[in-house]
Amino acid sequence: MSTASTNAPGIAIDVEGLSKSFSGREVVHDLSMQVRRGSIYGFLGPNGSGKTTTIRMLCGLLTPDRGNGTCLGYDIRRDADRIKRKVGYMTQRFSLYQDLSVRENLEFVARLYGLPDARAAARDMIARIGLKGREEQLAGNLSGGWKQRLALGACTLPNPQLLLLDEPTAGVDPKARRDFWNEIHALAAEGLTVLVSTHYMDEAERCHEIAYIAYGHLLAHGTVDEVIANSALSTYTVTGDDLNGLSEQLTGKPGIDMVAPFGTSLHVSGRDKAALEASVAPYRAEAKWHWQESEPSLEDVFIDLMGRARDNFQ
Amino acid sequence: MSAIDAIRIGEAREPRFGFWRRSYAMLVKEFIQLRRDRVSFAMIVMIPVMQLLLFGYAINTTPRNLPTAVLTQEDSDLGRSILKAMENTAYFRFTREVHTVEEFDNLLKSGKVLFGVEIPRGFERAVRRGDKPALLVAADATDPIAAGSALGALGPLVQTALEHDLHTGDPPSMPFEIRTHARYNPAAESRLNIVPGLVGTILTMTMLIFTALSVTREIERGTMESLLSMPIKPVEVMFGKIIPYVIVGFVQASLIIGIGVLLFGVPILGSMLLLALLTTLFITTNLSIGYTFSTIVQNQLQAMQLSMMFFLPSILLSGFMFPFAGMPVWAQYIGEVLPLTHYIRIVRAIMLKGAVVQNLQYDTIALIALMLIAMTIAVTRFRRTLD
Repeated sequence: MSTASTNAPGIAIDVEGLSKSFSGREVVHDLSMQVRRGSIYGFLGPNGSGKTTTIRMLCGLLTPDRGNGTCLGYDIRRDADRIKRKVGYMTQRFSLYQDLSVRENLEFVARLYGLPDARAAARDMIARIGLKGREEQLAGNLSGGWKQRLALGACTLPNPQLLLLDEPTAGVDPKARRDFWNEIHALAAEGLTVLVSTHYMDEAERCHEIAYIAYGHLLAHGTVDEVIANSALSTYTVTGDDLNGLSEQLTGKPGIDMVAPFGTSLHVSGRDKAALEASVAPYRAEAKWHWQESEPSLEDVFIDLMGRARDNFQ
Repeated sequence: MSAIDAIRIGEAREPRFGFWRRSYAMLVKEFIQLRRDRVSFAMIVMIPVMQLLLFGYAINTTPRNLPTAVLTQEDSDLGRSILKAMENTAYFRFTREVHTVEEFDNLLKSGKVLFGVEIPRGFERAVRRGDKPALLVAADATDPIAAGSALGALGPLVQTALEHDLHTGDPPSMPFEIRTHARYNPAAESRLNIVPGLVGTILTMTMLIFTALSVTREIERGTMESLLSMPIKPVEVMFGKIIPYVIVGFVQASLIIGIGVLLFGVPILGSMLLLALLTTLFITTNLSIGYTFSTIVQNQLQAMQLSMMFFLPSILLSGFMFPFAGMPVWAQYIGEVLPLTHYIRIVRAIMLKGAVVQNLQYDTIALIALMLIAMTIAVTRFRRTLD
């Protein structure tokens, strides 16, 4: 009997209490998450927060110290071999063969997964990812954007049910990033589940659901709106002159947890609304600044979460 | 000139002792890196110590106690005295006693003994009759150094043996003669011995390095992570990485043997097919060992160093440069676990002695065993996860 039957059919990833330590340092702590099939799940968090480690545990590249769960219905501890057949994993660092051509890399992957016609599969994928005319170019000589397309092509080649993408758009220009996300949405529309880690807020907003992880702890999850609503953060947007001066004066005042410049405006946020109001009241009277109560941005929420996480877990 | 201009010009000027400072910066960095690489650090000590110990203790260019077979066709006091006298020279050690010429020949062919002494039927009687019979000492002369000094010691031997047994006063002439027969390489040409040995030595060096770098290269280039995330098993990775080099090694071996035959006139007396088969086995064994190294070390530099560590005793203790039988027992034990030792026996036996597979069973099984052990270690050592 397979563990698949015990799970709701609509769930692609279902893990509970995952923990992992490296040489005594706990990188992921008691992490539980559920990802619905066919959704795009954004995985956010600062560098070194445990995103890559979590992704590696999901696809069987790392064994969790504690915790258990299933990936596509297969036990992540026992069925790593089966998971590997159904999961496409795109590593953070380009990990295809730099000294093989585009076509040779794709044919290698196709043969490894035992696709019936490796040549045809590679040819079709080259057309799909728009690398026609570059088939014989060595992967190592491609530009960053093309490399990333090739890597995505390689991990979708064996028709996986789940894609794990580890910071796929790091160092890629905005146009290539947009194309990439369009492709991911197209794949999700075909029924593929996508778990993608990123640092970019605009990318987070393109996900159906997001999770925020810092210092190995999962701090928030849900849709973007839910995460913002659950943050209980009150924010004022200030415009006017001498915002630097204002920023310096406000920082550290009771009730003000975060002051961050955004272009020509300043975001002032706090979790305790009454204390925040009290602290900003004297400045609101001044004519040179225009104060407006606003929704916190996703970035405000994340930076606040990160600050709180640092206080709690470090 | 304004003050700002002056500062700009000053900035672009070469700093004082610039050459030394930059060299020093580089030097400090290299020392830090060297200290972090424990394996390299160990090699700095290990390689010279190992060389010194091997050269100093194991190698003996005038080997003694060489394994010798006796074919006795009569049991006589005189025969026993002669054998005793031979043993007393310290060059010969009787390890086998056989009763047929065929067994005698096979022992020499397979390299299990370096010498064979034949005491013919009716020897003692012939001596007493004054017929001057001949005592045959056959030597495996493929390695002229190993055989040379022992054969030289046979001359005064007759006299010694006679002192005890033939109390016939002073014999006017020698009552019997010792007929030495330097087999396989009668002209004592060292190239006949060296060229087949070189086949093995060159293959050891190149094959080890091909595969020793293979897994570490994947790890260093980052391709291992994506390889491990795909459904491939350690055995499959190993075969995929070894088989192409079996072909490379085969081409290389053909080249060396071809040149040996054409330019150096080394014969191939035995079967070409057998030589090809066992050479392929030897190549595969080396590739497996190299691959095992590659699953143990952390980077390519360490892989190269470990290969060196393996190559060095292979050269010194395999019988390639110095006679195997002349080494102390502990060094012979080390030699037995090196594939080159077995292959050198095989290749010399096939090319120079015309040996057949029955003569080479032991060395063939040893090579197969070493290959399987290496492969087992490699497959179990291969890390399937990044833990």
